[in-house]
Amino acid sequence: MPNRPNCPHRTLNDMRPGHRARIRRHHARGAVRQRLMDLGLMPNVEVVLVRSAPLNDPIELKLEATNVTLRRQEAATIEVGDDD
Amino acid sequence: MTERRDLLVALAGQQNAGKSTLFNALTGARQHVANYPGVTVDKKYGQYGDTEGRVRIVDLPGTYGLTSFSLEERVARDFLIQERPDVVVNVVDGSNLRRSLHLTLQLQEMELPLVLALNMMDVAAGRGLEIDPQRLAARLDVPVIPTVGRRSEGREALRAAIRARACDHRKTAAAVDYGELEPAIGALVEHATITPELAAVPARWLALKLLEDDAQAQRQLRERLPAPQAEALLQEAARRRGDFETQARLDVADHLATCRDQTVGQLLAGVVERREDRPRTTLTERIDRVVLNRIAAPAFLVLTVFLIYQVAIVWGYELTNYTWPLLAGMRELVAGVLPDAGFLVDPYTRALGLWLVDSANTLLNYVPIFLILFALIAVLEDSGYMARIAFILDKVLHRFGLHGQSTLPFILAGVFAGGCAVPGVMATKGIPDNRARMATILTVPFMNCLAKVPLYTLLLGIFFVEHKALMMFYISTMTIIFALLVAKLLTRTVLRGEETSPFVMELPAYHLPTLGGVLRRAIDRTWLYIKKVGTIVIAVAVVVFTLLHLPGLSDARMADFEERGRAAVSSFEQAMAGNAYDWVATAEHITPLLNYYNDYKRAKLNASGAEGSRAVKARFERRNPDYFPLVAPPKGDRDARQASRELRKLSSARKSLRREMREERITSSILGIIGRGMEPVTRFAGFDWKINVALLSSFAARESSVATLGVLFQQDEDQNATLEQRMGEETRAGGATALTAVAVILFFALYPPCLATTVMVKVQTGSYKWMLFSIVFPTLLGLGVASAVYSIGVATGSSGIEMMSWTYFGALALLLLLGLFTGPGRRRPVALTTAPEHG
Ligand SMILES: Nc1nc2c(ncn2[C@@H]2O[C@H](COP(=O)(O)OP(=O)(O)O)[C@@H](O)[C@H]2O)c(=O)[nH]1
Ligand SMILES: [Mg+2]
Repeated sequence: MPNRPNCPHRTLNDMRPGHRARIRRHHARGAVRQRLMDLGLMPNVEVVLVRSAPLNDPIELKLEATNVTLRRQEAATIEVGDDD
Repeated sequence: MTERRDLLVALAGQQNAGKSTLFNALTGARQHVANYPGVTVDKKYGQYGDTEGRVRIVDLPGTYGLTSFSLEERVARDFLIQERPDVVVNVVDGSNLRRSLHLTLQLQEMELPLVLALNMMDVAAGRGLEIDPQRLAARLDVPVIPTVGRRSEGREALRAAIRARACDHRKTAAAVDYGELEPAIGALVEHATITPELAAVPARWLALKLLEDDAQAQRQLRERLPAPQAEALLQEAARRRGDFETQARLDVADHLATCRDQTVGQLLAGVVERREDRPRTTLTERIDRVVLNRIAAPAFLVLTVFLIYQVAIVWGYELTNYTWPLLAGMRELVAGVLPDAGFLVDPYTRALGLWLVDSANTLLNYVPIFLILFALIAVLEDSGYMARIAFILDKVLHRFGLHGQSTLPFILAGVFAGGCAVPGVMATKGIPDNRARMATILTVPFMNCLAKVPLYTLLLGIFFVEHKALMMFYISTMTIIFALLVAKLLTRTVLRGEETSPFVMELPAYHLPTLGGVLRRAIDRTWLYIKKVGTIVIAVAVVVFTLLHLPGLSDARMADFEERGRAAVSSFEQAMAGNAYDWVATAEHITPLLNYYNDYKRAKLNASGAEGSRAVKARFERRNPDYFPLVAPPKGDRDARQASRELRKLSSARKSLRREMREERITSSILGIIGRGMEPVTRFAGFDWKINVALLSSFAARESSVATLGVLFQQDEDQNATLEQRMGEETRAGGATALTAVAVILFFALYPPCLATTVMVKVQTGSYKWMLFSIVFPTLLGLGVASAVYSIGVATGSSGIEMMSWTYFGALALLLLLGLFTGPGRRRPVALTTAPEHG
């Protein structure tokens, strides 16, 4: 998977429901990255993982004023800082 | 200084910001939907007048930003650049300003004259947000009008602001400071401003786009400039981008977004205050806790789909019982205007005219169902639940190359029983992932469209009397199994090269849909359906009519029929000898009288109740008082009674002659010949030429399959059997079994979409190639499956129901296997010039 970094970072995909974290950086490129940013998943933004879908994928995130859903595949390309 | 009276205004903003709602509020009912050239994004425009002149408004597709990644964004951006509207109303969601203002800043960079419509002020207030529009306006240097779209609040202020902004030619200053990138921007801006060909292009915006490596901006540059000049500018941009990225160890696009985000943060400081006075679980959160609960979610989903099915399909179908008489009345009206029927042969204008009305009526008959269906879908969309459905189902659908948002098209097309592929294909427009969208378009026709149902019912009634329920279950759930399998197959093969994009979307807050909005959408879409499908169905009806009528009966056969017709007439004349009404037994009266008699019988059949029956009588008595005693003999008039009896005999002789003629004509018609020509191939599936003809004509409109079978398996007058019985006897005599029926059902389930749908496929994919594919592929697949099942069944001596069960569970097993043990398919990202992995 070309979008995945080699070094193990904590990503959105590793969060559990109810946890809060701050986005550090994106590893996705191009259109995917643009889409994520458009929806407000920008560096420095704080997110809460609300829930995952009944079949575990995709996940729902709460941003400042909106809720956004994305697949785990993309969530794994977004690096987050520690819970706070 | 109102030098421009007529204005062009564009509404731009993110999805669900309320653009369409404001558009409707501004324009009222005067609006129009068209397509942007070459693409399938709807372009809605309307207009209103103010004191100064006419204001034309365009509702642009919803865009988060103005990159050229998605079709909608490309369309919106092209419109803004090429049409240069006099005013752009940027509709923003007041309850989510932080994200909305990114677009505002980009619009400003394009040097567009902006008015900001601060919509959803009621939602913002409900969330405890206090917004200061004046302060925001001062900081942005843009007029800001607070609005509540669904209550048309702020409409007049908005209209006034639009007019005022159009008369004001001030340029607003650049709002965003891009820090370390500013030198590079400055250099490119300078370069652009001294190039006269670029005078019309906003220089700073162009510089930013070139630094961002935006493919569309690059193309535009190449179009406007001579090649060497363009390349020089592009190279300079590339060099500066490279320098910046190595120095800052940061993507230009990221840097731009971050700077904009900072600017937005500064703009909003002190503009939006949050009253933290109540617990901040919104109603939406509380609803979602139940509706998206791991266990409850599937139950709610099934319930929703069931409700749609029950209300739109079942009740809608009942509603057609009330609307059908209207259509039947229309047919009578047309029949009255057309030239009268002949004794054996009708004038072509009459035959074709009625054929067209019948074809149109089968289509119009579904209008009540569609109105309800579209209204319910609009409710789902507006309320925000549609996005949740995508959230719940994405995992499963993604496995098979589809997308969470494929659900809506499948529901419309009739996942379980009854829908229509045309709106289904239409609804694929919203799927952002192109490969999944194509897979959805190509599999939607496998659903159970309403018109497939009559044929299923017919076949089950003949061959599966004991297993009716089981067969119906197989048929209605098989569709989704086949669709998923085919979607998987296609995404792994022909669609492998299509672009995909991720599933990232907003789960909007729940809204209570407005009655007006829902009705408007339901009517708009139904009307679109009638318009698009109507024209096609009429055109195809003409073609099928021709193919069924040419070359027509030979002169010898014709002479034979005429001879028999004369015999029937002369026996009528003999019987009438000495009757008080014998004056009707003359050439000038016989045919008109027969037509009168038939019209009367039909009218009586359609009339409801004693009162309706009396009205019919009165009408026919007025129409021709001389003929009337012959169709409704007065009490005690023995001559009239006898004449009426003879008339009935003559009429039935005429009818059976006409029917015989029709059968011979179809048998020797072009379509009949084609049907026969296909027998060597379709033999393996057990189809004889009659079934072939029915399947061929069902390509025009599915309803016609049963109608054509009705003509082909016709009865003699004295034998009063249903089509089921007739077809059963004849086909059994010809060696057909339940196995044949299974083959027909399987073929019909996989059969290519009707013509109206294929036309919609053309519209949605924008290519004839895919339209052709959507016809050829299912035909081959259907024939292959039907032949395999039939041949295996014959070879192993299995019964129809056995083979059906084997097929069903075989497909199901394959589905589970593929679903559990294969991934969603390799991601092929959009072809982009991507920056190297780490800056
Ligand atoms: N509460 C509230 N809802 C609104 C307002 N304006 C629009 N809506 C609703 O928001 C939803 C999306 O609006 P729509 O006009 O379709 O947004 P578009 O995607 O920008 O065209 C609809 O259900 C509207 O009824 C508003 O000012 N307040
Ligand atoms: Mg809209």
